[in-house]
Amino acid sequence: MRANLSRQLSASLCVGAIIAASGCATTTESDPADPFEGFNRAMFTVNEGLDKVAIKPIAQGYDAVTPLPVKVGVGNFFGNIWDSWTAINNLLQGKGGDALSDVGRVLVNSTIGIGGVFDVASEMGLTKHSEEFGQTLARWGVGDGPYFYWPLIGPRTTRDTFGWLVDTYYDPVWRVDKVPLRNSLVAVRYIDLRASLLPSDKVVEEAAFDKYIYIRDAYLQHRRNEVFDGDPPRIPVNY
Amino acid sequence: MKRLLSLFFFLALLSGAAVAATERSPDTLVQQVTDDVLNIVRQDKDIQSGDTKKAIALVDAKVLPYFDFQRMTALAVGRNWRKATPEQQKRLSEEFKKLLVRTYSNALTSYKDQTISYKPSRVEPGETDVVVKTEIVQPGSKPVQLNYALDKQADGWKVYDVMVAGVSLVTNYRSSFAQEVRDKGIDGLVTMLSERNKQLESGSK
Repeated sequence: MRANLSRQLSASLCVGAIIAASGCATTTESDPADPFEGFNRAMFTVNEGLDKVAIKPIAQGYDAVTPLPVKVGVGNFFGNIWDSWTAINNLLQGKGGDALSDVGRVLVNSTIGIGGVFDVASEMGLTKHSEEFGQTLARWGVGDGPYFYWPLIGPRTTRDTFGWLVDTYYDPVWRVDKVPLRNSLVAVRYIDLRASLLPSDKVVEEAAFDKYIYIRDAYLQHRRNEVFDGDPPRIPVNY
Repeated sequence: MKRLLSLFFFLALLSGAAVAATERSPDTLVQQVTDDVLNIVRQDKDIQSGDTKKAIALVDAKVLPYFDFQRMTALAVGRNWRKATPEQQKRLSEEFKKLLVRTYSNALTSYKDQTISYKPSRVEPGETDVVVKTEIVQPGSKPVQLNYALDKQADGWKVYDVMVAGVSLVTNYRSSFAQEVRDKGIDGLVTMLSERNKQLESGSK
């Protein structure tokens, strides 16, 4: 079932890439990082529409009815599940110390933190790290590749798209056997994530001239920052 | 004699203040200004409930003196900056400043119960360009990096870039600004900025 899903996914990704490659002969000067801008903008429009009619209203509802401590608990719960995958990725990147600390986090939060609902580990000084397979690939020397904007999952470089597929394959939440439970968990996590982004909506709406470009460039800068664990070499800027 | 003494005293005070201002290290500067602003926001129900105008007034008074908007604009405009006349540069800076102040102020109105933690930053003596690292800590989610790039000027350290989670609020405009200059020239960019500002001003309460 799972293998099937990811096979389907990669098949549709390939189809997407082919459509993009054939439909991208645009005349305007485009960013070299974004050769499939035509395809991406179309997908961006699809997502904006979906967000407007369904995802954002649900997230706003969730945000309004859920008391803060519950939201914090939900964020911590899913964060704790992800921490195990973070540990593996830190190990794959040769950061043994960080990996050990992540394992410590999972042990502490799953027990004293009552199944991950309370992030006791952070209070004990075990810092939360942000890792996934895309960053591991980057550490191994895989370049970004063309930028894509996918329906539902949003912006990803080619490398991070493959990273995302691997993440989803290993994601403990996607591995839950009971399908209805699995689907509910995936949905709650998605909505909780969307809800956490609500405050920045207005900022982006007002700050951006071309929202597509604003989000693309922000994503690329943010990824670079993530790959270098928050401390990227500074690029000298000229003007 | 008495008057002379008090004048002397006044001058000494004045120069003392000036010295304090120029010698305040960049990380102390960032910390003091942030604490100052957040203390006000924490007590201001209007700002918390989304009063952008009030937040802008606060930023104008407390934050603006420490920002170098000319340099920020130059960074956002990129290579085209040198092609702009001094008059165009002035207008660009004014409009970009308005836009950034609004963005920053808007972020303040969504302030809830986050705290800021300050990362230790080493400033070597003689250094004139540094990044001060802070983090926005909020329960239930990962801390968000908030970094400031500052350079040392005659009247003290000035912020010339702000980076949220690694994203520069300044250089993130580069491609859309370059596009506009390519299509409609520098005056076109000035118009684009001023129209957005007008539109935002009329739309806010």
